[in-house]
Amino acid sequence: MKELIARLTQSYGPSGQEGEVRRRIAEEIRPHVDGLRTDALGNLIAWKDAGKGPRVMLAAHMDELGLMVTHIDEQGFVRYAPVGGLGHLGLPGQRVIFPGGRIGVVAAERVEDVKELKHEKLYIDLGAADRAGAPVAVGDVAVFHRPLETAGTRLIGKALDDRVGCAVLVEVARRLTSSAVRAYFVFTVQEELGLRGARTSAYGIEPDLAVAVDVTATGDTPKAAVMEVSLGKGPAVKVKDSSLICHPEVRQALEEAAATAAVPFQREVLERGGTDAGVIALTRTGVPSGVVSIPTRYLHTPSEMADLADVEGAVRVLLAFLSRSTGA
Amino acid sequence: MGVGNHEHLRRLLSRLSDARGVSGDEREVRAVLREELGELAEGAKVDALGNLLVTRRFPGKGTPVRVMLAAHMDEVGLMVTHLDKSGRLRFAPVGGIDLRILPALPVLVGPDRVPGVIGLETVYREDTAEQPGPPRLRDLTIDIGCPSREEAGRWVKVGDRVTFATAAREFGDGLVLAKALDNRAGCAVLVELLKGNYPGVELAAAFTVQEEVGLRGARVAAHALAPDVGLALEGTVCADLPGVDEASHVTRLGAGPALSLMDAASVANRSMVEVLTDTARHLGIPYQFRRFAAGGNDAGAISLALEGVPTASVSVPCRYIHGPAAVAAIEDVAAAIRLVSAFLCRVGDEGLRFRDEGGAT
Ligand SMILES: [Zn+2]
Ligand SMILES: [Zn+2]
Repeated sequence: MKELIARLTQSYGPSGQEGEVRRRIAEEIRPHVDGLRTDALGNLIAWKDAGKGPRVMLAAHMDELGLMVTHIDEQGFVRYAPVGGLGHLGLPGQRVIFPGGRIGVVAAERVEDVKELKHEKLYIDLGAADRAGAPVAVGDVAVFHRPLETAGTRLIGKALDDRVGCAVLVEVARRLTSSAVRAYFVFTVQEELGLRGARTSAYGIEPDLAVAVDVTATGDTPKAAVMEVSLGKGPAVKVKDSSLICHPEVRQALEEAAATAAVPFQREVLERGGTDAGVIALTRTGVPSGVVSIPTRYLHTPSEMADLADVEGAVRVLLAFLSRSTGA
Repeated sequence: MGVGNHEHLRRLLSRLSDARGVSGDEREVRAVLREELGELAEGAKVDALGNLLVTRRFPGKGTPVRVMLAAHMDEVGLMVTHLDKSGRLRFAPVGGIDLRILPALPVLVGPDRVPGVIGLETVYREDTAEQPGPPRLRDLTIDIGCPSREEAGRWVKVGDRVTFATAAREFGDGLVLAKALDNRAGCAVLVELLKGNYPGVELAAAFTVQEEVGLRGARVAAHALAPDVGLALEGTVCADLPGVDEASHVTRLGAGPALSLMDAASVANRSMVEVLTDTARHLGIPYQFRRFAAGGNDAGAISLALEGVPTASVSVPCRYIHGPAAVAAIEDVAAAIRLVSAFLCRVGDEGLRFRDEGGAT
């Protein structure tokens, strides 16, 4: 599982350019499913045929945050636009990587007051002597350049949001041997830009039931905003966030599945943020939807931190859920 | 493209820009488009929201590729919300308008084009020591020269749309100055494209409503048209002005149509952008990238229709966009037409559906 997460987080896949992640996931999941397709926006859809049971859609997003080149000046310094909800404060000093492997350092113009700092004051230094020496073009996107590291059961790395969710889906597909439902494993695009891939893939699948697997914030760090979710206390079953109030029967079924699998879980109420389930729920005439979350600290930074036990717990909850699910 | 054709484009663009069509009331623009399209508009449909839809089939080798071209008809403006006792009109902006441009601006109110001027009393006061900040909506009213609510009510009604009182004119060398170039520039491009021939393409042209208030028309049009491929034709920001860093120009006037890579509403399909740039280079058509990630256009709504649609945008750079006097270069409009026309030929000829990422994996 850790190796799978490492392979997935080290793949390049900013929103809108998820191709490398998609190919990697397709490779990992192909032996364990009955079919696989990619839709017009680039969502990867894998499924297990199981007769006429209800269609259950599991969704995890493939995309990660990025920095898109908007301008290269005469000295070869690169200006960028953030791709997704990238905070500017932690960026100076970070290393980023472009497709093709060119490394850049994010740096800041000199400002009188740190409050003046914003993306427009930051730039990427490629170590180039001039424009000709900067082998990137307007539109190229860089992502954080960090390996996946571990500290005990903790995972530390970039893009755990939401490659851990992708890993959970791959693992569920691998371990799911029999089920009364038709399970769709959907790896979505452009979640970070507004839940876009989930909307079109759900339209195509017309699921009877859906569960998104994504990361969520925690309230267990110094002076954190109050939140009843901690690292290492099990996967979280979402009650609500700003995109969705989870369908009560789906939520209950997930909690019962956790009990069946003897997995400790936490209930999650997220005040700000949303997941793919928010748009899946509103597809066509509506889809009962829920979310299983992996508690994760320092979201949207190069050093997101999650606990392997929570990830493993999420796999077991979903396996139990699919084994008993007959539609809400 | 010769001088004669540019003269035709200048006339078309001017006529379209002078038509009044604040979001939700695009009738006048639709009527002008029908006239300009002539016979081509004979099979046209107007859907429930007011989108004007024209479909043309060009038989080719295989199953035709269904391409939706969208250009929004609506423009930003104001709406009358209240007639006050002194005969002045309160209003709300429709679409993104910078309030700083409004004071002392001449406008036309309602279907009868009642002339008015936007008043901001504090601008004329010399006793205020402080620098005035941007005006607040509540300090602005439209003066139509009526002394009372009763008198004003004879000429205008709550809900009337208000447009900038600008008549299009030639400007500088090969430029047009007009209101509403966003997006009559795109409309003009689409009118001209409808006259072409693209074997292997089923062209679904949508002149859309209510883009400026949230990409609304395009959303329902795309659902109905179910295209294989979508392309938004737009007018976009051009800030190539002294005092603005080159990095913040977004686009440059006269440097050709601008291709978007990403904005707040969509990420352009990479293969489409590649075919567009490749086509431009082959034919020596100038183009540029829109270097800005904010804003959004109909491509956003089209890309999320049904099971998703590969989408891109081609835009004409417009200085002073969303203001009373925008400026565009006729050469950019002509280049956009040449580029999209050649693109459509290639799509039809090669059967491009930009599903290279799609299908069996
Ligand atoms: Zn996420
Ligand atoms: Zn526009």
